Order: sequence, then C-alpha cells, then structure tokens
Amino acid sequence: MKISEVPLAELARLLRCGDLLLRLTPFVARVASDVPSLAQDIALMYADFDICPPNVFADFHVQVWRDSGVRRWIKPQARFSFDGQPSFTGLPVAQAFAMLEWGLNWCVAAHSHQYLVIHAAVIEKNGKAVVLPAPPGSGKSTLCAGLVMKGWRLLSDELALYELQSGLIYGMARPISLKNQSIDIIKRLAPDAVMTAPVPDTTKGTIALLRPSVSSVMRVKEPVQATWIVLPNYVHGSPPILAPHSRARTFMLLAEQSFNYDTQGQNGFDAVTALVDRTQCYQFTYSSLDDAQRVFDNLLQGQV
Amino acid sequence: MAPPRDLIVTALLTPAVITRFSGQQWDLLIRQARRTKLLARLAHTLEGAGLLKAVPMAPRLHLTSALKLANRQDRSLRWEVACICKELADAGVRVTLLKGAAYAMAKLAAANGRSFSDIDILVPKAALLNVESELMLHGWQGGHHDAYDQRYYRRWMHEIPPLRHVRRGTTLDVHHAILPETARVKVNTSALLAAVVPLQGHTNLYVLQPVDMLLHSATHLFHEGDFEKGLRDLFDLDSLLRHLGATPGFWEQLVPRAVTLGLTRPLYYALRYTTLMLDTPVPAHVLEAAQIGKPPALVAWLMDACYVRALRPVHVSTNSPATWVARFALYVRSHWIRMPFYLLAYHLGRKALIRPKLHDDEKPVVKVDLKA
Repeated sequence: MKISEVPLAELARLLRCGDLLLRLTPFVARVASDVPSLAQDIALMYADFDICPPNVFADFHVQVWRDSGVRRWIKPQARFSFDGQPSFTGLPVAQAFAMLEWGLNWCVAAHSHQYLVIHAAVIEKNGKAVVLPAPPGSGKSTLCAGLVMKGWRLLSDELALYELQSGLIYGMARPISLKNQSIDIIKRLAPDAVMTAPVPDTTKGTIALLRPSVSSVMRVKEPVQATWIVLPNYVHGSPPILAPHSRARTFMLLAEQSFNYDTQGQNGFDAVTALVDRTQCYQFTYSSLDDAQRVFDNLLQGQV
Repeated sequence: MAPPRDLIVTALLTPAVITRFSGQQWDLLIRQARRTKLLARLAHTLEGAGLLKAVPMAPRLHLTSALKLANRQDRSLRWEVACICKELADAGVRVTLLKGAAYAMAKLAAANGRSFSDIDILVPKAALLNVESELMLHGWQGGHHDAYDQRYYRRWMHEIPPLRHVRRGTTLDVHHAILPETARVKVNTSALLAAVVPLQGHTNLYVLQPVDMLLHSATHLFHEGDFEKGLRDLFDLDSLLRHLGATPGFWEQLVPRAVTLGLTRPLYYALRYTTLMLDTPVPAHVLEAAQIGKPPALVAWLMDACYVRALRPVHVSTNSPATWVARFALYVRSHWIRMPFYLLAYHLGRKALIRPKLHDDEKPVVKVDLKA
C-alpha cells in the first residue's frame, strides 16, 4: 500500500505506535515519532512510497521524539534516535523532518557496506546515467533537482549505492534537499513542484525538501551503469563550461566523497578504478539551470 | 535461577536455531546483536557453522557488513600496534597489550568479530613518565582535561588520561595497573608484570599469560558500572575459558593464581555468570575451588539477582524496571568498590557542583555530517 492511500490520521497513529514501516528500496525503515508535523511531511514527500506490514524485517529502527520537561514547551526540541539510542544533538521541532532525513542517511551510510556509499547525486535518461559527486556548496542538489524537473529520472540526491561486484548503482529516489536560494530557483523553474514548507535557521541555512517524481519512485528498483561522472561547480555568472576532468582526480574525489571507502579495502580501490575507467569524467561549471539542461541534453545526444 | 535467554545469546550459543527464525525474530536479533556489539561475532559464528547462507538476504547483509567492518578494524589494529611498538622501541620498557588488542594480536578466538575503540597497554608504574614522553614525541597528545581531572587520573586511577594521536586519530590508554589505586581489591601488579609472555613474531610486545588474561578480563567486567558492553565482555570471558582452557596447566593454575594476585572475587563472578548464562564448560573441581572468592550468602544472592539482569543486552527489548534497578545498583557498587567513601563523596560532589568547561573538541557532535 502506498503512503498516499493512508489517511493522515492513520499515518499519525502508525508513527506514534512505531508501526510505520517505510520501504526505502533496497531498505526498510521503521519510523516512530510523536512530532505531529512529521506525519504531514512524510505524507507529502513519500506519497508514492510503499508501506510494509509491521511483521517484516526492518533494516533501521529510527525514532524522532520530542524532548520532555521544559523543552516540551519552551523552544521545543526533537531528537533522532537509532533503535532507542539518541544519536545526534537535538534540533528545534520544526526541523524534525530534515532531521529524520539526515538520520536515515546516516543509518544507510554507516551500516550498508554491501555497497560503496558515495556522497553523490545520480540521475538517468534514455538508459544513460550521470553521477554527480560533490563536496558541499558545489550546487549538486540544485543541478540534480533542475534536471529531474526536466525529465531526468532521480535515483539519488545524496547517497549513491555502488554495488562493488556488478558495478551497478542504486538509488532510493528519496526527496531532494534544497537550500537557500535554490528553493526559489526550483520553484520558478517548476511551479508544480511539491515541496515542504521552507525551514529557516538550520545548520545549512533554510531548507526545503522536494518530492521525487512518481516515475522515479516507480522505477526505484532499476539500477544504472554510470555513463558520465560530472563534478558540478556553481560559479555565479559563469557561462556553461563542460571540461574533461582527469580520471585520477575524479578517482580521488569519489574516494573522498565515499562514506565507507576505507572499509572496502582493496575491493573499494578496484571498484572505483573500474568506475572511472568506464565512464567519461567532466567538470561542469555553470550558473544557470537552462544552460545546464542544454548541456546535459547535448551530452545525451553525443554532441559533446 | 537460570534466567530466560535473550535472542542474541541463544543464536550465539546454539546457532542452528536460526534456520527456524521468522522475519520478526531476525529483526530483533540483528538489533540486539548490533547494540551489544556482537553483530560481527554473530556473523563469524554463523559463517563458521556454515549457516550464513541460510540467513534471509536482508539480515544477512547486516551480518556481512559487520564482518567486513570487523576485518577492516582488525587490519587497522595491527598497523596501529606496529606503530606504537616502534614508537616505544627506545623507552626501554616491556609493552604489554591488554584486552581486545591482546586477543587480536595473540590470535585468540575472543578476537573473532570483536570491535575496538581504543588500544590498551600496560607498563610498569616506574616507567610511566618515560613512556609518556616517548609517546608525546611521536605525536600522542592528552585530552584537554582540567587540573582536577588530571589529578583524578594521576593520583587515583590505574591509567593516565587517554592519549590521542594527532595524525592517526587513534586512542591509546596507558595503564600501570589493572584496577584503580583506590580500589578495595589490591592487585599484585608486579606479579602480573613478571609473568607476561612475549608475542610470537614481534619484538618487545607482550601479553598477559593465559590465566592472567582471564583474570584481568574478569576484573574489568566485575568492576564495571556501565553495561553497554557487558554482554560482549561476558562472551569474551566465555571465549577465553573455552579456548585457554585447552592450554596445559590452565585449570590447575587458575584459582591459585587468583589467590596470588588478589582476584578471587572477580574470578568467582566470572565463573558463576559464564556458566549460568552462557553454559561455559568449567571443570567441577575448578568451580568448587573458586568458591573461596564467593561473597557471603546474602551478597551472593543479591549479586545473582543484579548480574543476570544487568548483563542482558542493553536494548529497548530488555528494558524493565528490574533491569534498570539492577544496573543502577551495580553502577553504585562499581563506584563504591573503586574508591573509599570519602573520596567518592568528594569526587561525585565536585562533578555534580562544578560544571566542566567543555572544550570545542569535547562537545557532543553529530557523528557524520551527511547533509551537504
């Protein structure tokens, strides 16, 4: 059953009882929370995701509970717990959904060594996929959101799950996290885009999450073979420049942007080598999403 | 009073039962195993029994992930120990590894799938200054403890404040005894140090001799007031008893050695709770001889009531008022037996009344910042 088919009151009840099992393919997360706004945010952002019956195996048991005592009333705070163990510092209740998203990212990155977990966005169109690995501030999520709004399939905005043996990349098609000016840029680009209300004053500034397209969620089980690795580089006012990037540097960036590269040992080294060997690597400097769409469509048509 | 078994204990002791587990049982098993830091141990046990393939895919991935991480940690540990060994080559002192690092370097079964957070070494107290300055020369730094903490460690504890390597980021605990100076049990540390055995294939690396290794592990667990790793430590003891028991003379030496070192009480508890909770095989004559460490009947009864509860997995699935009371009682006891009352009162009073100044690097931080 899809989240969108569950009445909001029932969703809130499932959350309170800790019986909400959200299928985040290839994982299942069991979520519990007493934050009232969380049910709405989940209903909005995960509308097309499945829920599972409460007797199946859940990979991650997570909770977002409000602090008790004075903190319940004055500057109310909520806290993320991993299977009953508080794992992060508390944040204002308004940031509960963002905190759940960050917490789930941590769960996956810290425990799923069957994959090399790369901090990268992954998108696909016509069977060809782009991996966008990037350190913070490079405009990865904005670029990813811009392209997804124009027909690319979203695999991942944050965590690329690279299966070492097969060389295939999986994504969870979870909501895209937009920050600060990006929120308005995407709203202008795609007025129909479904977003959470912007939450100001987080550690990353103002944040809003963007719902993934139905088709991306429906195809979440289909992995991709990467065709290109593109390092986004947002430079205000710059014309679009797609420049070849050295494989060695791309390798280093992928290793650096992986959460469990060191855990994989030799296999990790070999797998990243294989990945950069069979892809074309570029750095893409840009300032406008219209330019970006043109450049990526040219890439797709082999006109680069 | 044989307590009901938790799922993780059942799975580790009789792995064949897992073939009948439901999805919900797997769900609970993986959670208990992760929380008790026994997930990689479980994976190792199932692999050894040829049962890993019988595990449904979803839980199996958690097991193999944990095993991968444990193997990686084992490799890092060997590298780290080699570094420390080199750094202390000129200190003119025997370096004795303790606990996890010792089990791993001595290739004991207790190291299989065991996780490490730091490395513990033991050196003679007289060599402490020398060791500390050699380590500092090689990049080991003390934490930012205030003057009170420094004095607390140096006057009363059995170790100096933990050291952190500036480049490698690893943590090292340097001990000069196995219990605080203030503890009620007085350990004969020089006898312990006199009997260390060299680690095969290494120069200037030692481990405690088999009986002492067991006694240290017991002393550590039964002076501990925090049970996060309690069950894991009990499995350490189980594993040491099962495997060191095969060493010639082990059973004959065990109780007499506990008498020499002054550790008959922890030995009694170790044998009591491993046999009671984990079915550890111990010869009857050893159990009988170990009774000299048994406390008075009322205390023994109380300790039974507390330990069988406190040593259950620290996990929401075992939370009950009884486990809470048991753990709290043992927490208070751990302080009680660590230092005399006046010192304890002073220490706790000070900690309660004077807020420690948190330095930037000591503030609780988000483990991994995932949201760029």
